[in-house]
Parts: sequence; structure tokens; C-alpha cells
Amino acid sequence: MIRVVVALAVLVLGSTGGEIAITYGMKATGEPARLRPRALLQFLGKALCNGWFWAGVPLMALSFYALLVLLSWEPISLVIPASALSYVAGTLGAKYILGEQVSTARWAGVILVCAGVALVAAG
Amino acid sequence: MASERRLRIKTLVMVLAMVVCANAGDLMLKRGMSRIGAVQLTAAGMGHAFRLTVTNGTIWTGIFFLTGFMVSYMTVLSWADYSYVMPAGAFGYALLTFLAVIFLHESVSSRRWVGVLLICVGVLLVGQTKPRTTEVAREALA
Repeated sequence: MIRVVVALAVLVLGSTGGEIAITYGMKATGEPARLRPRALLQFLGKALCNGWFWAGVPLMALSFYALLVLLSWEPISLVIPASALSYVAGTLGAKYILGEQVSTARWAGVILVCAGVALVAAG
Repeated sequence: MASERRLRIKTLVMVLAMVVCANAGDLMLKRGMSRIGAVQLTAAGMGHAFRLTVTNGTIWTGIFFLTGFMVSYMTVLSWADYSYVMPAGAFGYALLTFLAVIFLHESVSSRRWVGVLLICVGVLLVGQTKPRTTEVAREALA
């Protein structure tokens, strides 16, 4: 039981941490001047030189590894719905780490999405 | 405000691109891998599967779409809130269910339909909020 909880925590915190690091890196990179191929390539070149992006990638890889391990222990109908907790963890991270303003409407939406994804994934 | 409206539209377009690319990519990988068949977990088996994978056009189409997903994801996060993009991207689960019903004629449980409904209402609620609540990097505005 404890090992499942630990692996789930690694799965949720790894993906959330990784995505928050990538978001931080992309905000530091700044948005592309235009949504044209040339400007997008320049943006990508700059983004790939950002350290936060490369801090996020191994965290997401760790999370993926935790997912594979969990799937080898528990049925998929339990693992994927449980991983929907990432929506709540991600919103908390966005608020407290990235300083985004999470309004009541956004919180309500996130909770509904989290519950919805859990139900869809459970089949 | 015109710039507010422009921000909302370009965010929605990129989120849609993310969802379409992620789903199309997964579908192509699944189709390609099921043609290759179950991979034997031995050195020879994995080498054989690797050769079949890198010469398979469907797999490369899948990789192309998944690259498109990553690019649109990184791009939208350069201006929009993570707490906006992340729940909005869940619309993909709802979309997959509709596609499975329409094209694959799959039967969907009532529990799953309730989930789809919750996702749609949740995404609509998040969609009403401002896509960006933080400052962007100065140089981006130059």
C-alpha cells in the first residue's frame, strides 16, 4: 500500500513539477513575435537553450517511469483515474509557485475536469 | 478589448492544436505498433522491433504529430497560464469519446458519459477565465 502511495506521489509531483519548470522556462523565453514558421523556429531555438526546460524533462521522465511501475502493480482503471490528481496538484503549483491568479471559476473548472477525467478513465 | 480578444483566440487555437496533435499522434503510434505486433522482450526481439519501428511510415506520422503537440504546448505556455492550459487540454478526453462513438461505433458506459459532461462543463468554466494572469517577459513585447 505504502509503495503504491509513494509511486503515485512521484507520478503526480514529477509530472506537475516538470510541467511547472517548463512553463517557467517558456515564460522566461517570451512568446514568439508571430505564429509563423520562422518566428516559431527562433522561439524553439531559444526555448531549448533555457535551463528550466531541461530541468523539467527529467522530472517528466521520472513521472513516466513511476506510471510504468504503478501499471505493473495495479490495474489501469485505478492508476489513470488516480493520476487525474495532477490537475489539482498542477493548479496548486501554478498558484503558489508560478504566481498565477486562480479564480473561483477556474478552481471549480479544475475540480470538474479532475473528476471527469477520473470517470472517463475508469470507463 | 481587442488585444484581450486576440489573446483568447490564439490561446484557444493553440490548445485545439495541442489536443488534435496529441490524439492523432497516439492513434498513429497505436496503429503502427499494432501492425508491428507484440514486441519480444529479448535483445534480438527488441532489435527486430526497433528496425520495424524506424522504417514504419505510420510511426513517423505519429512522431510528427507528437512533435506538433510539444511545439504547440511550449508555445502556448509562453503566454498563457499553466492553470488555464492544463485543464483546457483535458477536452481531448471528451473528444476521444465522441470520436470513438462516431467512427468506431464503440458503446460508452453511462459513467463515462457523466465524465465527459463534467469535463466539458469544467473546460467551459476555465475557458471563461482570463488566459493570462501573470506578466510576460519584457523582451517578448519588443
